[in-house]
Amino acid sequence: MDIYLVEALLNGLLLGGVLALLALGLNLIFGVIDVVWIAYAELVMCGMYVVYWLLALAALIAILSVAVLGLLVHQLIIAPILGSPAINQLLATGGLLFFLQSFATLLFGTDFRNIGLRLPILEFADMNVSFARLIAFGVAVLGAGALYGFLSKSFLGTAIRAIGQDREIVGLMGVDQRRIYLVTSAIGGALAGLAACLLVLQYDVHPFIGLSFGPITFMICVLGGLGNMLGGFVAAFIMSEIISVGGFYFSQEIGEVLAFVVFIALIFVRPQGIFGRS
Amino acid sequence: MSTRAPWLAGLAALAALPWLSPSAYFLHIVILILIWGFIYTAWSLMGKFGLVSLGHGAFLGTGAYTAGLLWNFAGLTPWLGIPIGVALAVLIAVVIGYPCFRLKVVGHYFALVTLALAEVARLSIVAARDITGGSLGMTPNGVPTSSWIAIQFADKRYFYFLALGLWLFGLWVWRRVDTSMASAALEAISEDEGAAAAIGIHVTRQKLTVTIISAAMTALGGALYGQFVMYLNPDTLAGVGVSLQIVFAAIAGGMYSMLGPTVGAVLTIVLGEALRVWFGTTWIGAANTIYGILLVIFIIYMPRGIVGLVASRLPARLLPARRPAL
Repeated sequence: MDIYLVEALLNGLLLGGVLALLALGLNLIFGVIDVVWIAYAELVMCGMYVVYWLLALAALIAILSVAVLGLLVHQLIIAPILGSPAINQLLATGGLLFFLQSFATLLFGTDFRNIGLRLPILEFADMNVSFARLIAFGVAVLGAGALYGFLSKSFLGTAIRAIGQDREIVGLMGVDQRRIYLVTSAIGGALAGLAACLLVLQYDVHPFIGLSFGPITFMICVLGGLGNMLGGFVAAFIMSEIISVGGFYFSQEIGEVLAFVVFIALIFVRPQGIFGRS
Repeated sequence: MSTRAPWLAGLAALAALPWLSPSAYFLHIVILILIWGFIYTAWSLMGKFGLVSLGHGAFLGTGAYTAGLLWNFAGLTPWLGIPIGVALAVLIAVVIGYPCFRLKVVGHYFALVTLALAEVARLSIVAARDITGGSLGMTPNGVPTSSWIAIQFADKRYFYFLALGLWLFGLWVWRRVDTSMASAALEAISEDEGAAAAIGIHVTRQKLTVTIISAAMTALGGALYGQFVMYLNPDTLAGVGVSLQIVFAAIAGGMYSMLGPTVGAVLTIVLGEALRVWFGTTWIGAANTIYGILLVIFIIYMPRGIVGLVASRLPARLLPARRPAL
């Protein structure tokens, strides 16, 4: 097999780790609160700026501050319209997307900024693999594992999963729905913050960086079955391989076009997602 | 017919506007409002029936780029290039719309499929950078003097009347759809698709028809916009950004009323220009920051838009007698 194709496959795998993390966060919010945060990738963008400006304590602060941002999004935007049609909730977070992009432009300008931390490129059997991507992949998988442990072992995690299954009964079992929503939003935000820490190692920050990850993250969630964690995790790797291998044979844009086309085609074949239950 | 009088007066004022216009800049803004008002009206034809498309950028880009590329590389007049672009947009609408409606892809899923479509359009334009100029955009070849064949005019008044005609045509289509049987059928579908099918409504055909009309009008608007500003860019004419811009303006104005999308165009363009002039270039992003906050507030507190809110506050006798709005 062509060594460069293997390299592309490997890079796809590493990209998939971070995308999987993003898909997990978004899926959590969708599965539990039943709302699509279309501005999710813009929260990642905010996190990347936090890392950029506060490099020393950056990772922790970035994760915490995006978690707080997640809380605010829920309290200020979602809570008032929980009962509205789903599409209005989606559009309200769409307004947030505009706001965050423009506010970042206002604060930081449109310059591309990078943290100036250059990690070595590993050479391995004639393949070049970026160390930053390797770290990102490792941390993303660890993060996903930690979330899985939290959701399956702890009481709060169990309550969060239960609310996604039956909203009414959970209330009767003594679970405070409002509190669960807040916790879920904060965890979703924290995952965006973690993804931001990993992405800032590889990409420059600018106000519109969210548009590079946002659409593909939604496609991944839908492919995995909206709200289905495991499905989203697997779908992330499928999509990242399509992008990476498509990029290898044609160009970066064609790789992404292929990913979107595959998404559209799969929606027609399996509207509930590859791993969703009908 | 006393209700006709205000309409006729408004039309007369619009017809006289180019000669009353204080500056070329003012006329430029009015032309932009008319073109975008037409595009937002086209979107609302689908939006008001619950078909929330986040992919109208694909139709916009198809119309503008087809006409522009055929003119630059084949020397084909936009009079032929634009209809070809519109036909291509209709083809895309059918290829995406038919399976969507047939397989009951609705709600979030429909929004996300159309979102993917917008990105496919934008990325394809960028990928074909050898002919489209990629992210840098492209400029249709200019002609030395104003020409009807090239649809290029030094005098903005030509564009004003083209845009005015297009906008009036858009309102006429909106009215036709609104008063048709199809409108009642589509309202039934948006309330309960299964029940609508059960009483004999052909769900797929009704949805597809309104989607085709909306896509064709959007492509037409995109093509005229390209002729007017003489610059095509994949970020401003295709992709998620412009698709969301269309959705928001239509909703802010009020997608359930005929003039709502136009009010949305006036609001967003005037607000954008005013904030831009006011803040100048020192506060890049300030205009859109305020715009974003307003959008969130609009969707949370007045989902029926400005026109919807005003109409609900007016005493009933001032409103034309017709069946109650949704």
